[in-house]
Amino acid sequence: MYRAIQTFLVALCLLVSCLATGLRAQEDIRPLVDALGAGGFPQKIEAVGALAASGDAKVAEILQNLSDGKLYAPKTGGAVYLEGPDAGSYVDVLTGMAVADVPGNLAKIRLNNGLRGAIGAALSQLTLLSPDRAARLAASQDLLKDANPDNLELLNSALAKEQDAEIKATMEAARAVIMLKTDASAEDKKAAIDMIAARGNRDALAILTAAMDNAPDDLKPAIQTNIDSINRSLAVWDVFQNIWYGLSLGSVLLLAAIGLAITFGVMGIINMAHGEMVMLGAYTTYVVQQTINTVAPGMSDYSLVFAVPAAFVFTGLVGIAIERSVIRWLYGRPLETLLATWGISLILQQAIRTIFGPTNRQVDNPSWMSGVFEIGGLSSTWNRLWIILFSLSVFVALLLLLKRSKFGLQMRAVTQNRRMASSMGIRTPWVDALTFGLGSGIAGMAGVALSQIDNVSPDLGQSYIIDSFMVVVFGGVGNLWGTLVGAFSLGIANKFLEPYAGAVLGKIIILILIILFIQRRPRGLFALKGRAIEQ
Amino acid sequence: MIAQMLFSRHEKKTVWAIGLILLVAALVPLSNLLIPDGNFLHVPDHLVPLLGKYLCYALLALALDLVWGYCGILSLGHGAFFALGGYAMGMYLMRQIGDRGVYANPLLPDFMVFLNWNELPWYWYGFNHFAFAALMVFLVPGILAFVFGWFAFRSRVTGVYLSIITQAMTYALLLAFFRNEMGFGGNNGLTDFKEILGYNVQASGTRATLFAATAIALALALLLSSAIVRSKYGKVLVGVRDAESRTRFLGYRVENMKLFIFTVSAMMAGVAGALYVPQVGIINPGEFAPANSIEVVIWTAVGGRGTLIGPIIGAVLVNFGKSIFTAAFPEFWLFALGALFVATTLFLPKGVVGTVQQYLARRQEQKKADAIEKAYQEKASAKPDAALATLEPQAAE
Repeated sequence: MYRAIQTFLVALCLLVSCLATGLRAQEDIRPLVDALGAGGFPQKIEAVGALAASGDAKVAEILQNLSDGKLYAPKTGGAVYLEGPDAGSYVDVLTGMAVADVPGNLAKIRLNNGLRGAIGAALSQLTLLSPDRAARLAASQDLLKDANPDNLELLNSALAKEQDAEIKATMEAARAVIMLKTDASAEDKKAAIDMIAARGNRDALAILTAAMDNAPDDLKPAIQTNIDSINRSLAVWDVFQNIWYGLSLGSVLLLAAIGLAITFGVMGIINMAHGEMVMLGAYTTYVVQQTINTVAPGMSDYSLVFAVPAAFVFTGLVGIAIERSVIRWLYGRPLETLLATWGISLILQQAIRTIFGPTNRQVDNPSWMSGVFEIGGLSSTWNRLWIILFSLSVFVALLLLLKRSKFGLQMRAVTQNRRMASSMGIRTPWVDALTFGLGSGIAGMAGVALSQIDNVSPDLGQSYIIDSFMVVVFGGVGNLWGTLVGAFSLGIANKFLEPYAGAVLGKIIILILIILFIQRRPRGLFALKGRAIEQ
Repeated sequence: MIAQMLFSRHEKKTVWAIGLILLVAALVPLSNLLIPDGNFLHVPDHLVPLLGKYLCYALLALALDLVWGYCGILSLGHGAFFALGGYAMGMYLMRQIGDRGVYANPLLPDFMVFLNWNELPWYWYGFNHFAFAALMVFLVPGILAFVFGWFAFRSRVTGVYLSIITQAMTYALLLAFFRNEMGFGGNNGLTDFKEILGYNVQASGTRATLFAATAIALALALLLSSAIVRSKYGKVLVGVRDAESRTRFLGYRVENMKLFIFTVSAMMAGVAGALYVPQVGIINPGEFAPANSIEVVIWTAVGGRGTLIGPIIGAVLVNFGKSIFTAAFPEFWLFALGALFVATTLFLPKGVVGTVQQYLARRQEQKKADAIEKAYQEKASAKPDAALATLEPQAAE
């Protein structure tokens, strides 16, 4: 474990060194490096200390190599070499370049325990005192995970210098863990336990549970109460975590279903090609990203910003084309619309498969969407948060469009009373086409978001179509708020069932519940009230 | 009385179709078994199960037509009933393998041994008897349809809502059967069958017999369907399709009528699945895929819904086309199928058979009109006033 951490640290330092060092700086420490090969162990320990004090970024790697026994020097002292990739070959310690003519009497630089200890201390110190904040944070977190009492002094000195609050907290926790392992006084240990318990996460729970075994009897009740309270708070956080995952899934469902809420809910068109609109949106994202990567590589982090309008316009146009060519002949025959749009979905799928091939396409996450953040005991990836925000803003925008704009007014007029709307001078065929285009365009925008979390393949849409219909039917047809409530409640219910029933069984249970629900309320959660027997 | 209902008053073309199917049931196996290889009239071995498969699909399409064409229930979950019937038969065939499986376990099918199961799940009991399995072929889809329909029709879930929840039903079953824990072979389904009723399923004699059985089942189903739709009940069923509320207000129990036809149709679909499995040699959860059920709808639509012969013709035609297409240009099959969906709904809403019938009916009417016209002309030339008098009542008709 320790070795693994060391290797990791070395890799980290390597990265830093690549960025920061120039050749000249490397040459400055060459005499210090060469000193490693000369004299007895006390001199070598001194040389290690001097190297560490030099603050050069390359030092950590050199020390690691030394401790791995990869450094060679002539027995009589002189230049130090690093063993090369091939047996019997040597490279320069600092530059890593192959060295052709080496002295004949090279021997491995031997280590003893004293030297090893010096190297270990120097390595930890290097990173704990490193000017790079990320390196210090990583080092302190490693120290917390693998608290070694030997590092106590070093930790204390690092703590004294540390300014950053987060690193300081981690270091203090690590110090507390170390205190528990040493034979410090009972008060100190008690303070340490409180310190760890204050962190309140799973790591703290593991540390306390481990400490429980060899704790003195008088400390055990204190540890136990802390373990219990952490468990309680973790249970609460678990609920929040489930709700968060549920909201995340719900926002995906909302995105997928909201376009359908327009085409199916408002216009009454059973659009089985809806999933393919989502798929087209995802492929638009792919194309936009590829184009930007070739045309303006600097902008590639913002390709999604361009992909959203592009997907909206493209799928919207495809939607209008479908409406004008097929669907308009089928108004009033919902079952036939279902079949025709299913046919269209097959054609679109095969078209994409012919153009882009059947395999998944890689759509990259921009840097501002990758990574993890934590709030208390709740951790989440950034893209979940972005997708929730995106779906909510799409929802609000759509709501505003329907309630506040002229087009929205015309749209509602046409759906409520087509002939009256027509008499008032509204061009109902155009409103139909634009409404269908709007629903399709929103599906395309959903595709942009889904390309970030799902595989971009020709079958992408198929996996969402049934879920989308479930959401719309559950929420109530013709009601956007119903779609919102439906999506989030299905998402949250799914995530709460998952731990008990497993992902697949949970989904089956949800489907069965929806089927039963529709029996109770055939028109969904928020049904439109009307006096007509049949629609 | 039932016999009288079954055998009386069928349309002439239904009788012809039944006769034709029975003829196929006899001719294909005979030609396969008796006429020597190489002869022009010989049906090759690989074609027999393929044709059998088409007839199973035809039976499935006929079942769908009963509910969709005559009662207006567009079920997007008929593939589920088909698959359930198939699984019932597959379970019987699995039990028949006995100790000839890879793991040579006399009781447990291979996949259970593979999953480290020690005993047979309770729902596999009884499937070693053919009669029990045959009963289950009817009962399992029938009971599912009955329960599903009981809830759906009673709460008046109609139209596209019903279509969507039937689709959700088959999707839920798809997910369920993919799970290994269900005990139906998970992803791989049931396969590697050896014997049916003691006969090797691979043997050409067995295959020919299975083909004949399928054709006879199809003929019987056609007979039954024709009896149903030509009965008084069938007429009311069409009323339910065209004006559900009005039929209800006239005093008919619409939900019961729907429930009956839905259950019968599900059982027919189950039989189709049961005949399909031994001929194809495998049943897996893919049969539950919603796309499959929708494909059945297009066979029915292409042939002509609301005509009993249409779906049979549609299923055979489309699947024949699929066999040709997927062999010749696999890339384009989905284009062709998609275009078929669009073209049928836009240009052939009544399907092939429906359109032909409409054409024939129009021609007959035209003939009738011509005859009247001619009679009028003749009478007019003789006695103008009297001719007008004879024409009037007929025109008012």
